[in-house]
Amino acid sequence: MSVKTLTINDQPIAIEEGKTILDAAKEAGIPIPTLCHLEGVSDVGACRLCLVEVKGINKLLPACVTQVAEGMEISTNTPKLQEYRRMAVELIFAEGNHVCSVCVANNNCELQDVAVEVGMDHSRFVYRFPDRGVDVSHSQFGIDHNRCILCTRCVRVCDEVEGAHVWDVAQRGAACYIVSGMNQPWGEVEACTSCGKCVDACPTGAIFRKGTTTAEKAGDREKLEFLVTAREQGQWTR
Amino acid sequence: MEKIKFATVWLAGCSGCHMSFLDMDEWLIDLAQYVDVVYSPVGCDLKEYPDNVDVCLVEGAVANQENLELLEEVRAKTKLLISFGDCAVTANVPAMRNMLGTAEAVLKRGYLELGDCNQQLPYAPGIVPELLDRVTPIHELVKVDIFMPGCPPSADRIKATIEPLLNGEQPKMEGREMIKFG
Repeated sequence: MSVKTLTINDQPIAIEEGKTILDAAKEAGIPIPTLCHLEGVSDVGACRLCLVEVKGINKLLPACVTQVAEGMEISTNTPKLQEYRRMAVELIFAEGNHVCSVCVANNNCELQDVAVEVGMDHSRFVYRFPDRGVDVSHSQFGIDHNRCILCTRCVRVCDEVEGAHVWDVAQRGAACYIVSGMNQPWGEVEACTSCGKCVDACPTGAIFRKGTTTAEKAGDREKLEFLVTAREQGQWTR
Repeated sequence: MEKIKFATVWLAGCSGCHMSFLDMDEWLIDLAQYVDVVYSPVGCDLKEYPDNVDVCLVEGAVANQENLELLEEVRAKTKLLISFGDCAVTANVPAMRNMLGTAEAVLKRGYLELGDCNQQLPYAPGIVPELLDRVTPIHELVKVDIFMPGCPPSADRIKATIEPLLNGEQPKMEGREMIKFG
């Protein structure tokens, strides 16, 4: 297996060919903020939080879906990147209806954490206040599209780990949303095994267990750990 | 030393931020040595917002005509305006009515569709302020100097924001302790 050598923030790194910049940074202990990335399932580069600068390339590249190449000189935390990251987080907040104070995920939310991380104390973008739906037709779970950031972690975990492929993405742009089954109410989707992996994979309070109220979606690390290693270990059920 | 002219105002919010302000307990006594409270629902009986205020904490979003007029007056007469709590910073819970559309749709929903008895729209010009069509965070309407998120911001966060200002320094609004929403 061939090895690539590169630098991240001037730190020399050697890593196997085919790995991503995010893998390389992780191995070197260099933090890069992410939202749509979930260890154990494929990457899609949806959230733009992991953008990095690569010398000689005129645009910012998402670290999670960019493979390492020989001699790359990567920067992960320039003022330009800090500015774009904060902008990306502000846009996510302004796009949906994220009301932390009354959310099941308050204090257990990756979006809330990343807002702190990028230093967001307000949104410079005007809030859209879209009218999005809530689907509580499933007997155990609910999805509140207002809190959805379209990271597609639920889509990928359901398809790649559970093998049920209940979730998909419909429409485009501002009208984009997550659908269950053939755009049916979640409770009517026969393919759903009610495994709850999408609840554990959801970084915000968009997918939740019924009966949980404000700040009660406690991050269950063990469950997330299971998702991360499931494919590797060929464990398909808990 | 001349005392700092200090004010707090309460727009569309639950007053939780003001309760959290009171939760600073004995530090309020220290604060009182530095400031004159010239306008505040919890610290002063004056009904008119005075001129030349040095620092004002603004709690709440802007939801009605009265909120809007007070906010504009506060901005015009205040040197340093602090957006105080999630309602001021993000419009928060009061803005959840924005999803219904206009003020008329909101009033119909609240007073007619959901009214158990005597369904009627409130109408008392000059007494009950008119709702605005859209609830907004304050920085969409006036310039804000410091943002202090939180629902409510903890007493420690409020103290850490105000204390540096007493010595003419800017507070560092960063990290989980200072800017976490919710």
